Amino acid sequence: MITYFEFRQADFAKATTAKERNPNKLPSVSVIVPVWNEETTVLKTVFSLLKLNYPKDKLSILIIDDGSTDKTWNVIQRFAKNKQIKLLRKENGGKHTALNYALEFVDSELVGCLDADSFVHPEALNRIVAKFEDPEIMAVTPSVKAFEPRGILGLIQKAEYIFGIFLRKVFYYLNALYITPGPFSIFRRSVFRQIGGYRHAHNTEDMEIAMRMQKNRMKISNVSDAFIYTIIPTSFVALYKQRLRWVYGFIKNTIDYRDMIFKPQYGNLGMIVLPAAGFSVISTMYFFGAMIINWANLLILKIKEISTIGLSWHDFNFDLFYVNTDVVIFVSLVAVLGTIFVVVASRGLAEEKNKFGLDSLLFVVFYALLAPLWMSKAIYNVVFSKNTKWR
Amino acid sequence: MEVGWKKYAYTFLITAVIFATAIFASNYFNQKKINEIKDIESGISIDISASETQFSLLSELPCREISSSFLSKELSTLGDKLAYTEENRGSDDTEVINLKKYYSLLQIKDFLLMQKIKDRCGSGTTNSGLSVMYFYSNKGDCSDCQKEGFVLTKLRQDYPELRVYSFDYNLDLSALQTLISIYNIDKKLPVILINGKVYYGFKSIDDLKNILPALKEIDIQKAKQATSTKAK
Repeated sequence: MITYFEFRQADFAKATTAKERNPNKLPSVSVIVPVWNEETTVLKTVFSLLKLNYPKDKLSILIIDDGSTDKTWNVIQRFAKNKQIKLLRKENGGKHTALNYALEFVDSELVGCLDADSFVHPEALNRIVAKFEDPEIMAVTPSVKAFEPRGILGLIQKAEYIFGIFLRKVFYYLNALYITPGPFSIFRRSVFRQIGGYRHAHNTEDMEIAMRMQKNRMKISNVSDAFIYTIIPTSFVALYKQRLRWVYGFIKNTIDYRDMIFKPQYGNLGMIVLPAAGFSVISTMYFFGAMIINWANLLILKIKEISTIGLSWHDFNFDLFYVNTDVVIFVSLVAVLGTIFVVVASRGLAEEKNKFGLDSLLFVVFYALLAPLWMSKAIYNVVFSKNTKWR
Repeated sequence: MEVGWKKYAYTFLITAVIFATAIFASNYFNQKKINEIKDIESGISIDISASETQFSLLSELPCREISSSFLSKELSTLGDKLAYTEENRGSDDTEVINLKKYYSLLQIKDFLLMQKIKDRCGSGTTNSGLSVMYFYSNKGDCSDCQKEGFVLTKLRQDYPELRVYSFDYNLDLSALQTLISIYNIDKKLPVILINGKVYYGFKSIDDLKNILPALKEIDIQKAKQATSTKAK
């Protein structure tokens, strides 16, 4: 939060797009779209890329079919004659292999990836490319938003993605971004020449590449108004699986890059962000565990009571005396207020109309109950060496 | 990569301030609660003394004027609040132990006052004969104490005229230990003392109603009242 206030002013002054400044000197960009059984969404993804406000001769799209077993390959044939688009196909080997395969065909200055479940805002690329005017910047991350969120789970995720926009901005200010999201993070082509291609990385290759860049002291930037819309899971099971993969990937990658932790040479990432992220996993689990034990105890007590004296309702007298005044309560209060502040601030960054919405409320109330579900499973999987799957 | 040591220091400072404030606020409110209990205790103490004095002054006080208001009604609220505080602060907390001692003392005084009323006016006049003394332990050596607690709480709710005095058997209070030795109460908890008779072990609501038939009479009266109001 402190960082956010510190840099906010400076950042607003710089916000101009690349096109406004240097319309003729725009770098060439390739966008890789890895697809695997994405016949229903791939067209929309590619159309959104074609609508990008960027010179056609500077933007090429590579669709790489990673051995789809549905009609994806047939569906994308409609782009076969489009000069901007190149279609590639290989045997199924996982997302990272598809990306690396496509990278071999890329000779542009910048290269990005767009998952086939995501769509770009027409100005997104323009705003991202502007950041590369700084020669030190090696990659730029966008702001990811939930695409047409519906239902309670959808709204919670909507608020969560908006929250993420804030976090990403702050991590950027701290020079500690450790994820370059699959939807539309743009890299200098040279990054992959210097540090190699994508790795399997426990199915979170977008985190591993960012960690590897940080380890090699490459700067990652963020543009909070370069919006990408991603399709979010609608069922709880799908959401659970996705998050399980993320948290598991986070823990495993952090373990792989553990030598960065508490090393001043890795800056804020090593000193603060990674330890804090790890700590937040542990503290979330601790509070969740404490809550479960508490509830269980209450339940046991109630069962005992009912079995002894039967069901009985006593008059409820409200007395301020019985309001819990533990230290934990006051600290939680500060935490909740802080969360609400971040929610409001992030909605500003996300260019939402209202400062607070139903989704924010659902997020503040329910997210802390949901996250421990996949967190605990992820920790279990890490401890007992169980791998996660993509879908 | 830069490390903003200065920023870390500020962040640490702000965090420390937040925690310090939280601890301060928590202590403040907890102390307030303790003070509230103390206030109730001194209130009850004054009530009892006033009643005792009144009783001695007006030795000819007609029995019908000794209503149940003669005895303090706050004793049970105090008991609840004290139990809650004990649960939160732990039974080893010196503040809690002192409050409990005072509470036990007040209960004994209340009991003695009630006995006096009973001796003079008989048990029929004001339901004043209805009392239960309950000895428990929360050191983990009394598995049935929790259940007995439910039973007595329920009885107290259903019959406000029933006075339930609860004592921590292990409390180091001379008056309490005297009470225990007078009635020869062994440490076979939970123990219930009704009209000078000692009952060991868990007693259900029905058991207690059998020991205290007056409760059954209250039931009958209530039922009668209910039917008569219905008839009207």
